[in-house]
Amino acid sequence: MTKEEIEHLARLSRIALSPAETVSFQSEITSILDYVSVVNAMAADETPHAPTVPEHINIFRADEVTNEPGSNTEVLLAAMPETHGRFMKVKKILNQND
Amino acid sequence: MTNHKPLHNTVSELRAAYLAGDTTPTQVVAEALGIIERTDKDIHAFLDVYKEQATAAAAAATARFAAKETNLPPLLGVPVAIKNNILIKGERATAGSKMLEHYRASYDATIIERLRAAGAIFIGATNMDEFAMGGSTEHSAYGPTRNPLAPTRVPGGSSGGSAAAVAMGAAPVAIGTDTGGSIRQPASYCGLVGFKPTYGAVSRYGLVAMGSSLDQAGPLTHTVADAKLIHEVMVGRDSYDATSRDYPVSSYVKGTPLTFGVPRSFLKDGVDADVLALFDKHCAAITAAGHKVVDIELPLFEQGLAAYYIVMPAEVSSNLARYDGIRYGLSVPGNDLLAVYENSRAEGLGAEVKRRILLGTYVLSSGYYDAYYKKAELVRTKMRAELAQVFSSVDVIVTPTAPTPAFRLGEQADPLSMYRQDIFTVPVNLTGIPALTFPMGEVNRDADCLPVGVQYSAPLGHDTRLLEIGIALYDERSL
Repeated sequence: MTKEEIEHLARLSRIALSPAETVSFQSEITSILDYVSVVNAMAADETPHAPTVPEHINIFRADEVTNEPGSNTEVLLAAMPETHGRFMKVKKILNQND
Repeated sequence: MTNHKPLHNTVSELRAAYLAGDTTPTQVVAEALGIIERTDKDIHAFLDVYKEQATAAAAAATARFAAKETNLPPLLGVPVAIKNNILIKGERATAGSKMLEHYRASYDATIIERLRAAGAIFIGATNMDEFAMGGSTEHSAYGPTRNPLAPTRVPGGSSGGSAAAVAMGAAPVAIGTDTGGSIRQPASYCGLVGFKPTYGAVSRYGLVAMGSSLDQAGPLTHTVADAKLIHEVMVGRDSYDATSRDYPVSSYVKGTPLTFGVPRSFLKDGVDADVLALFDKHCAAITAAGHKVVDIELPLFEQGLAAYYIVMPAEVSSNLARYDGIRYGLSVPGNDLLAVYENSRAEGLGAEVKRRILLGTYVLSSGYYDAYYKKAELVRTKMRAELAQVFSSVDVIVTPTAPTPAFRLGEQADPLSMYRQDIFTVPVNLTGIPALTFPMGEVNRDADCLPVGVQYSAPLGHDTRLLEIGIALYDERSL
């Protein structure tokens, strides 16, 4: 894993890394990836598993509102770093020229 | 350490004492708060102590016992410590992270609702590795927790604060969460019983998510009977967790001979010699109790840690994307939106969390997804098939819970060597099966006498049966 690759991962992860973090993650992540690469041998035989093994399943509920409208608004707004009235405030994402 | 006897009682002992009028929830909660006040400055098991709320709840519970009400709920007046990644409405839920230092939960987790309805009194929020990532509680943004049995050593993790709270006598029960061993390994290090239920048996609604296909909440207690009691309060389908479901009730008839499988080749590397000697002694005791111990082969299980360190970081990178400095949690200013994200996450997250997010981002990224994530998920499927085969001939798989006793603070500096503490526990989460740990003996290290746990795991959904086996073999026989 190169320094550039770590920096690329950090950008994808939306984390600003310090130079020291970049250096330590470079060696640590490389050694972890070496270690986990054994999965390729473990999964070399790709035959499907026996159908008797139960899978995780999702059990959905009806898509219905279960609380009074507005009952959580105050407390959720209070948790937001920046608000404007009943709105969450974020930085603009478009330049004025766009 | 002074042994603060009253709260080394079990839940059923407390209940009997309340009913007999020998003590009251008010006295017990006051004693618990006293223990925390005297001891916790050295141990640091708690991030928050709910003194007022617990005292008020105790007074209400005391009144109900005094009124000799019938059908009193099963945990009425029982102090319970809660890991700080479980939401209690109005209280802080930090998950051990600076990111959520000031975050207050806007709702109760389903398990909190159920414990509350059962009469439990929440005594405080326990320390943990940040976002449950770690095996020592040294990765908490609020400083480490120490092992009450040997304060130069770690209590294990990530539910280290929960384990320490019970071990120091601040509560007879603590709730933890377990993604790769985070209930069982600290229980082992602190001489307790710990239980990781079948995936989906207990609702995850209101838990701070780490690895959503792996996470489960469960109890840390002194006896298996207490673990069963707590589990029965928390278990069951919850419409707010689409992966939760009701499993058919399983049971164990006391005295029925069982077959225990030992994955012998799994034990040949990296297990402390004294732990191995205790384990062999434990297997001999199982045989002496009239059961059968056989060797089994679990080749994929033995390499489960590799698959885990792909699947878990992948789910971590996805789950923790929500901490962006916008909707809640720490927000650090920046020139544009991207800078707000990057700065908030840089400042709010610790090194271990960042490491796993980067690793997860890598194994999910285009070009590497097939080589890592997809392969790891395939390994999981094959592991389940391997297990189904083994469970056709054995009732319980038995291993040590962790390869070593509690280590010293700062001793495991390298991430990979820390990860290896979980070799016996992570395959359980990858396959979703239930597992129980209880003490199998003690080993001496320097001046410390350290407990060591044994792990029993059973087929998917056999939670009650496994707990009943634990009651027969640990609570009632002291194997």
